[in-house]
Amino acid sequence: MSMLEVKDLSIHFGGVKAVQNVSFNIDAGIVYAVIGPNGAGKTTLFNLITGVYKPTSGEIKLDGESIGGKSPNELATRGVARTFQNLQICMNMSAIENVMVGAHLRLDRNLIKAALRLPTLKKRDAEARAEAAELMRFVGLDAFVDARADAMPYGALKRLEIARALAMKPRLIFLDEPAAGLNPKETIDVDHLVRKIADSGVTVVLVEHDMKMVMNLSDRILVLDYGKKLAEGTGEEVRRNPDVIAAYLGAHA
Amino acid sequence: MKKNVYLGLYIVVAILLVLPFVVPNSFYLDLVIRMAINAVIVLGLNLLIGFAGQISLGHAGFLGIGAYASAVLPTHFGWHPVVAMGAGALVTAVLAGLVARPIFKLKGHYLAMATLGLGIILNIAIRNEAQWTGGPDGMPVPTMGLFGFELASDKQWYWVVALLLSVSVWASLNLIDSPFGRALRALHGSEVASQVVGVDVVRYKVAIFVMSAVFASLMGSVTAHYVGFVTPNLADFFHSIELVTMVVIGGMASVYGSLVGAVLLTALPQALATFEGWETVAFGSILMLCMIFMPKGLVPTLAAKFGKGD
Repeated sequence: MSMLEVKDLSIHFGGVKAVQNVSFNIDAGIVYAVIGPNGAGKTTLFNLITGVYKPTSGEIKLDGESIGGKSPNELATRGVARTFQNLQICMNMSAIENVMVGAHLRLDRNLIKAALRLPTLKKRDAEARAEAAELMRFVGLDAFVDARADAMPYGALKRLEIARALAMKPRLIFLDEPAAGLNPKETIDVDHLVRKIADSGVTVVLVEHDMKMVMNLSDRILVLDYGKKLAEGTGEEVRRNPDVIAAYLGAHA
Repeated sequence: MKKNVYLGLYIVVAILLVLPFVVPNSFYLDLVIRMAINAVIVLGLNLLIGFAGQISLGHAGFLGIGAYASAVLPTHFGWHPVVAMGAGALVTAVLAGLVARPIFKLKGHYLAMATLGLGIILNIAIRNEAQWTGGPDGMPVPTMGLFGFELASDKQWYWVVALLLSVSVWASLNLIDSPFGRALRALHGSEVASQVVGVDVVRYKVAIFVMSAVFASLMGSVTAHYVGFVTPNLADFFHSIELVTMVVIGGMASVYGSLVGAVLLTALPQALATFEGWETVAFGSILMLCMIFMPKGLVPTLAAKFGKGD
């Protein structure tokens, strides 16, 4: 059984059919990429699976259990993490606190204990801070452990989002264009980082425009165009698919 | 990297310990007590407005519930003042929860409107139920006593209020730097980001709203017993706005800003009394200048200027 099964998934915004009857399966432990031209529905697909949008129709199953229409915080309890294409960093907090928020579900969230700062909570919070610092080093943010979030450059914020998602200790992570807006050197760093994440046993789903990175990292690739599934398969299969070539190059193959 | 987070608290406690011995007369002691009471209310309100990013325009209504619970229940039903105070807080908590839960399920700034309406309704109820509340004239409040010990003199009240303020500052500092507090700040910073890491946004908004309302209710009871008399003005719309102004002037999302805002806005009308008739104009002008030149509020602006964290 696949970890994630998506069947006939659709969402309509008024007359716009952003995602139409898309089906695919993702096996545990792989890197799965979703590609397609701008406006193909990649981010919408992420928003559907991570609960930000409710599907108009279709089914999403995680480990065989239906999760379609569940709220993002419920999905978080099932080990689903994500990052955002347009950054969603809490600029009112420090960098490390942003990462610590990622550990929310693993910490004691009791209001009374927090107000009294009971020793158990204090100790666990110190551990959470150390874990967060460790994660920031893992994603290459050694220099920003003591930084404020609003004082960090764009490329670092991209990685801060990844660190926050990893703080959830997820089983499945959705990365929405982790290399967008980065320079070639930073892109290579993110490429290595995604590989490290996958090697640590987390299933990675990736939306990315950098084809070199996609081909290099992905075990399987889903191609979307105008909200529909155009092709799916290994990098080699997708690259040779005439529909994909037509969509990308506009050729009459 | 971590500075001593309690440093400011120690300074506050030190000031509170010295103050009663340096205030020249009972007029100033009274002023200081009212500053401290307001500071506790504003601390609670700042957790809601500054940290969680939600607004309440009806907090004086909750204050009114507490104040009138402490006036009406012991006077008409012979309840013990402490029980009455608790009952006021409980009613406030239930009411705040009932109002907040459906509203927070909507997106947008509906809370401001709902709390505005709620505050006005509560004030009208207090004014109209004259047989219980004395109507617009208000009513006297019995003295607060506990274990045969009566709280009567201003000196005694001062120490009670100073203790409440110190504990509130301590608890607020603790709360902000905890998983609960970080979740609150995160949902302010990016609601969708906080949701995807597992924060149940509605629950947290309701919790902090109820908590800040209960703060207001309890301090309403304290005000009632301290002053010995309650009037509906305590619960009116202008008082709600005054409290929000204290938060904004002092500094949103700043614990010490709450204190500064409460102190300044409690003292300012007294200081401006010499302007005779022009004091409202002067008051308004000062607020406007503050907002133009220090939109983030006094404490955050000054902290940034002198390179200190808050």
